[in-house]
Amino acid sequence: MAMKSEASREPFHLSMLFNDSRYRGRTIQVIAFILLILTAAWLVDNTVRNLAALGKNFSFGFLWSTAGYDISPHAIAYSSTSTHARAAMVGLLNTLIVAAMACVTATVLGVLAGVLRLSNNWIVARLMTVYVESFRNVPALLWIIVVAAIMSEAMPTPSAFRGENPTASMVLWGSVAVTNRGIYLPVPDFSRSLGAFGELDLNYTAILGTLALSLLAHRCLVRRAQRVQGVSGQRPATWWKSSCIFAVPVIALLYALGFHLEYPALKGLNFAGGLLLRNSFIALWIGLSVYSGAFIAENVRSGILAISRGQTEAAHALGLSPRRTMRLVILPQALRIIVPPLISQFLDITKNTSLGLAVGYMDLRSTLGGITINQTGRELEAMLLMMLIYVSISLIISGVMNVYNSRVRLQER
Amino acid sequence: MNLRSVSWVRQEMVLPSARPTGQNGPLEWIRKNLFDGWLSTLLTVASMTALGWLAMAVAPWLGNSIWKANSLTECRQLLNGAPGACWGVIRDRWPQLLFGFYPAQLYWRPVLAFALLFAALAPVLFRLLPSRALWFSAAYPGIACWLIWGGSPWFQIVVSLGFAVAAGLFASTARINRGLGVSIASLGAALWWLYAAQPFSSGANSVFPIALEAVPSREIGGFLLSIIIGVTGIAMSLPLGILLALGRRSSLPLIQMLSVVFIEFIRGVPLITLLFTASLLLNYFLPPGTNFDLVLRVVIMVTLFASAYMAEVIRGGLAGLPRGQYEAAEALGLDYWKAQRLIILPQALKISIPGIVNTFIGLFKDTTLVMFIGLLDPIALAAAIRANTEWQGIYWELFIFIAAVFFIFCFGMSRYSMHLERRLKTDHR
Amino acid sequence: MTKMLRGLSRESGLSETAVEITSMNKWYGDFHALRDIDLTVRRGERIVICGPSGSGKSTMIRCINRLEEHQSGKIFVDGIELTSDLKNIEQVRREVGMVFQHFNLFPHLTILENCILAPIWVRKVPERQAREIAMHFLEKVRIPDQAHKYPGQLSGGQQQRVAIARSLCMKPRIMLFDEPTSALDPEMIKEVLDTMITLAEEGMTMLCVTHEMGFAQAVADRVIFMDQGQIVEQNEPKAFFRAPQSERTRTFLGQILGH
Repeated sequence: MAMKSEASREPFHLSMLFNDSRYRGRTIQVIAFILLILTAAWLVDNTVRNLAALGKNFSFGFLWSTAGYDISPHAIAYSSTSTHARAAMVGLLNTLIVAAMACVTATVLGVLAGVLRLSNNWIVARLMTVYVESFRNVPALLWIIVVAAIMSEAMPTPSAFRGENPTASMVLWGSVAVTNRGIYLPVPDFSRSLGAFGELDLNYTAILGTLALSLLAHRCLVRRAQRVQGVSGQRPATWWKSSCIFAVPVIALLYALGFHLEYPALKGLNFAGGLLLRNSFIALWIGLSVYSGAFIAENVRSGILAISRGQTEAAHALGLSPRRTMRLVILPQALRIIVPPLISQFLDITKNTSLGLAVGYMDLRSTLGGITINQTGRELEAMLLMMLIYVSISLIISGVMNVYNSRVRLQER
Repeated sequence: MNLRSVSWVRQEMVLPSARPTGQNGPLEWIRKNLFDGWLSTLLTVASMTALGWLAMAVAPWLGNSIWKANSLTECRQLLNGAPGACWGVIRDRWPQLLFGFYPAQLYWRPVLAFALLFAALAPVLFRLLPSRALWFSAAYPGIACWLIWGGSPWFQIVVSLGFAVAAGLFASTARINRGLGVSIASLGAALWWLYAAQPFSSGANSVFPIALEAVPSREIGGFLLSIIIGVTGIAMSLPLGILLALGRRSSLPLIQMLSVVFIEFIRGVPLITLLFTASLLLNYFLPPGTNFDLVLRVVIMVTLFASAYMAEVIRGGLAGLPRGQYEAAEALGLDYWKAQRLIILPQALKISIPGIVNTFIGLFKDTTLVMFIGLLDPIALAAAIRANTEWQGIYWELFIFIAAVFFIFCFGMSRYSMHLERRLKTDHR
Repeated sequence: MTKMLRGLSRESGLSETAVEITSMNKWYGDFHALRDIDLTVRRGERIVICGPSGSGKSTMIRCINRLEEHQSGKIFVDGIELTSDLKNIEQVRREVGMVFQHFNLFPHLTILENCILAPIWVRKVPERQAREIAMHFLEKVRIPDQAHKYPGQLSGGQQQRVAIARSLCMKPRIMLFDEPTSALDPEMIKEVLDTMITLAEEGMTMLCVTHEMGFAQAVADRVIFMDQGQIVEQNEPKAFFRAPQSERTRTFLGQILGH
């Protein structure tokens, strides 16, 4: 018996580094770590020597020098005398704006197409299948370029709107002009404007604030309705109350601010006033929306299909109406399946906004990763910074997804 | 029949009869599938209107197709003001869209390489052919490379010999210690490629000078380029993706962390930024004076890009295997790598094939992005053709052609992967 | 001295004890899964282990081929101590066969390939010979004609018999059975039990987690009852079933034999 305890107190051999499960993992990790350090050192050494050979140093100081180029559209104040950092910021905002808009339209399009593809209507289901298959099997870049080409080649020039017998006319009761330079939209304006506080437009801040308060009130209302239902079994009607809660304060505020629309109008050879959506923006937005919409449609369809027939039948058998079945039984389960791939589609859309390069959209890649590099020759720093920004955006998005996933995870044994 | 009595016996059997009219047949089908309720009717009317409008717009354009024209002006003259498609541009330029500026008399070489690709894929996909056919699959990259770029075959042969060197070293040292064998083999192969490859190939070349006419990378373009980048990217990313997936599931924290960081970084940045890294930054990271082909640099970056996505696909496959498979392998005494090679990976890869095909489809579509760093993919060539005086202003015809080719490839592959998925569901219990 | 003896006896195959477990403990996180297990299995002994679910029966036999790691105490299998030394683990697994509840056949390989895989790759047996061995054991479990089918094409009982044959192909000295019949349809249980009885009659050392009390009475040399991670009672089957000593055992037997 004495020998037994000896066996486990075996003295340490070098061979145990590989043959003993206690040490083997550590040995492998140490070797991996050494290899990693060596590789990193090799890369850094190469970079340092290459930079020295080119007479460059590694510094982000260039960010604070004057950019000297124009960006349009710019969501925040910017001129060619602003810094490169500011230019990058404008580019980032442009990236986020077009990404957010494309996410919204792609979701609407995708949900619509996905649901319609499951419809009993034969022709609509077939049409949606054609849409999904044709759009997702052709590169996104091609769709963006096609939209850009249609906009610039097939749309009338602003001069076509002029004269006694114009060959083109504005649509939507003379408020929107579709030209080969882009789409001119009416823009909201305030005659009794509150002005701005720094970079903050107070008018919109006020509107958003009011909406937030309305939302709060709406939640109170719903909670009260639920309480009433819990006590009495009857759910009081809330739809008209909540529409009032949302509509009345905002309309009152808009009236007080003197809200009106400023329409685009022909001035000389071009349109003036209103908001110009450039071709580059439209091409990127529409192209990405139709492309990603096809993928989202597939997610939605498979999400709904994944909920077993048994669930619908069980809900019907319990006497729930089709509408309640959808809202209380099918949707909560389908969303669990649909939302994660939907969010990764959003991630793809955000990354694909970098395709705006093909149509000249001034996004993060075109500002920080494009013109700034050409002007300063700081490709190493600018590219690193740009990649970091992209990675942070996607980490934020996947963080949101993880939070969602952990909140909706089914409680299982 | 007596109502009180429970007992009853049928005397005559009821024969099947036809269903009442009006409950099947085409009319009933139309009612059920097109006009079932007001919403359905509305949708049908709306889609019919849209289809009708589309047909009205497209039919005359397609009907007046002009194939025999050498420029847009000539085409417009022939059309004489009527709407019509000028397919002349495709007839005139399709070789360019397919091959880029590859010398026309040498088109047979990439075509042959493409045909051989299927021969090389066959044993991998079907496993019916004798395993000897795998030798051809292993030799295929060298053969295809030689066919497409031309030049002397000796370089490819010598490079492949590096693998033989590695295999020989491994076989002779692995008996002592497997880890030692792997390191000696990789070291030997690296030394071979670095120091022996060049003199050997030039030596062999001077003794047996057989060579095809060399074609420089800048002349390769169009769908040929897309396929080269897509296929090499996916083929090379497969082993890397497997390692990353195993790394991400590893119990060793450092290995796991490295895999996660790599995968998440690559998946977090747009492919464009990686391509610009290939064209702008790679020279910074490599020893001074290193300079190699842009296509090769792009292939390296695309491989890294695809391997991150591949790793996630394979990780899904690995997660799909029941724990019992690992335990049974362990209980039989197989070590980690043997268990992976013989039991786990064959099954996990089989489950992952649909995902791998989808990754390939995505990568194939993404190869169009190489136009941003000056390579001539189909879209870049379309832009070049549109910039040409003869065809300035043409776009639908070109885009339809490119879209159709992409569609045929991608749709075909996605159908294939769906077919595989269904087959897996039935024969994989 | 003992060590030397052990080595000697292993070579001559004369070792009296096949498995020896002394004061072994195991925790999952903070949960004390196995408590102070002491067990000696003689060569050729057939042991049946029973107990309520979650009592640690499976965990205990999985410790014997180190599918699970124990945190304290000692386990000797065939004279080899199970430590973190991978060479020892490999050696032990070569000598110990295991049959799982869910068969765990490799679905991508044919029956024959399932059986020759480990002999070829672990024991380094030439392929021809491995095939012969495999066919021999497939005949023994009475399914030689299915050798070229895939596991998915076989019934549960057949799959489990293949799993037994697969383990036997490694020529193990000890066989572990982890609830081999509980995933089977009732009509298939007998064919698997018959195979196991044949094996027992040939003198194989067996540790078997099962609730088949008929099997226990027919072949077991000893029945072990476990509860809450410890061995509560062990006895010869006759005495065990006729006069269980502990209250827990009586309750348990009452529950599984009571209907």
